Order: sequence, then C-alpha cells, then structure tokens
Amino acid sequence: MAEVPGKLELFLGFAKIGALGFGGVGPWARHVIVEERKWLTEREYAEVLGLGQILPGPNVGNASVMIGRGFHGLAGALLATAGLYIGPLCLLVVMSILYDAYGDLPRVAPFMEGVAAAAAGMVIGMALKMAFNLKASAQLVAVGLLAIAAVAWLRLPMLLVVAILAPLGIWISLRQARAAALAKARP
Amino acid sequence: MEEDDLWPLVTGFLALSLMSVGGGIAVLPEMHRMVVENHGWMDDLAFAKRYALAQAAPGPNIMVVGLIGWHVAGPVGMVAAMAAMCGPTSALAYGFARLRRRVAGARWMRVFERGMVPIAIGLIAASGLLLASGAAEGWLPIAISAASTLFVWRTRRSPLWVLVVGAALGGVFLR
Repeated sequence: MAEVPGKLELFLGFAKIGALGFGGVGPWARHVIVEERKWLTEREYAEVLGLGQILPGPNVGNASVMIGRGFHGLAGALLATAGLYIGPLCLLVVMSILYDAYGDLPRVAPFMEGVAAAAAGMVIGMALKMAFNLKASAQLVAVGLLAIAAVAWLRLPMLLVVAILAPLGIWISLRQARAAALAKARP
Repeated sequence: MEEDDLWPLVTGFLALSLMSVGGGIAVLPEMHRMVVENHGWMDDLAFAKRYALAQAAPGPNIMVVGLIGWHVAGPVGMVAAMAAMCGPTSALAYGFARLRRRVAGARWMRVFERGMVPIAIGLIAASGLLLASGAAEGWLPIAISAASTLFVWRTRRSPLWVLVVGAALGGVFLR
C-alpha cells in the first residue's frame, strides 16, 4: 500500500468518484484510487474489485466498503461508502422532484423518451463490449446467449436461470482449465 | 397507499440485493418483474425512463433503485429502497474484506469467474433488451437504441454523448 489516506481524504476521494461517475463509476474509481491518489497498487485494486464482483451488490460499492475498512476499520468503511453515494443521491433528489413536476409534460416527455431509448442501447453496448473483451470460448458464449434468451425472451425468473446455467458454465470452465493444464504438461 | 407499498418495496429490494451477483444491472430484469409486472407501480415506459434518469446522473448504476423507491413511496421510499439494496451486501463485503488476499488469484476462483462472467454479461444484455423494448414506441426509439448500442460498443467516447443526442432526437422528432 503506497499511501494511507486520512479519514477526510478517504471520504472526499470517494465523493469525487461518485460525483464524476457518469454512466457508471467503475472507470473513475480505478483512476482516482490507483492513479491519482495512489491508495492501492493496480494489483491490490484488481483484487478488491474482483472480490467485490463475486459478492452480491454493486461492485464499486463493495470495493468502497473493503478499501475503507482496510484503512480505518468500521469508520473508514462507512465514510467511503457515504462519500460514494452522497453526491449522486442529493442530485437524484433534485432530479426526482423536477421529474415529478415536469417529466410527463407534453413538452418534456419526448426528450425523456429519447434518453430512455439511448440509455437502453448503452446497456446493450456495454454488454457487447464486455463480451468481446472477454475472449471466451464458443461454449461459454453459448451459455451467455442462453442467459439472454431465458431472461429477455422467455422471461424466466433470474434465480432459476442462474441455478441452471451457473453449474453448466463452471463445469465448462473447469473442463477447459483441465485441458489447458494437460496441454501444458505434455507439449 | 404509500404506507402499504413501503414494506413490499423493502423486502423486494432486500431479496434482489442478495441476488445481485455481477453488479446492480444484472438484476434489472428481476427489478422490472417486481416493479412493473407484480406490483404495477409503473408501466414499461416509465420504468425505462426512470432508468434513463439514473443514467443521466453521475454515480453507481444502482441509483435507479433510489428513483424507484421515490416513485413508489416518496423520499422515505428512496432512502428505504437504497438501504435495503446496499445495506446487507455492504455488511457482507465488510465481513469478506479480510479474505481478499486468500481468495484473489486462487485457481478455483479463476475457474469460477470464467464460468460465471458470461452469465452475468448475458443478464446485463437481457436488461438492455428489456429496457429497449419498454422504450420502443415506433421506429425512432428503436433506431436510437440501436445507434446508441453501436456507439457504446465501438467507441471509447463518453457515453454521455449518447444520452444528449438521444434527448435531442426525442425532443425534435417524438412530439
């Protein structure tokens, strides 16, 4: 760990991450924590985020709890999390009030419909980006496509989909890891 | 009406929060089922618009939960929904913080991740498709969604552009 931030610094750092994070806070979190403030090394940050992804809950939210605890225990975890959410939450209160007042006016509604369509495309585009960066095998891509079909088309409950597909995905992944290990052992 | 809806709001998001492996957006289809189909708190388009509002603001994607809470039960609903969605999982993360060195880089964990990540991405894509079908009234919203998909997928520019252009196109052509 390169530098240990004080409690106020910790709060302000995460407040910055929250306030800057348009379209998701992931990229900003890495920038502020690793590059700008040097609280964690790249590797340490990847470890924290990896665990944050496996646990349920928002990834960066989980990371803020773990990073905060690492520096200042319970107080640190609370301060980091509060910092992350405080700015966006305040802004969201203002936006909710404005939206309730004006959102359905005939003059405003078309703008919001355009934004809604664009935001939906953003989510699909992000999924495509992540999928192509993953460079997964054809079998694992098929598992991902099955998840899409089951949830978006068949509208099956997510728990059922995950309960069926998770063992399948992990089994395929395990087989591939074994095959790779064998190929390494016998060149 | 607000009192009656607060409890299902809290229990619903508590359940969702524990399912949200892979981040907040992965449970969006389930959130949609709860909010639109089971409780009828809002319709398809309203759901897509609330999500858009959360995207237009900075902060974690999970903020959409606060907006839904606000819509259902006002400011109290916003705080209650966010606390239900983030409280238990934060406590879990707090407990697991010490494990990270042991877990990170372990072989079983890489195998687990490689098997699970495609499913998580599939769930995110499904969320996007559901949102797009909620917003799709006529050909223009579909075209906006398709163009925005391509832009976010193929470029590294800030996704904010997509929202700005979407708003402009909607404002000009959808009236």
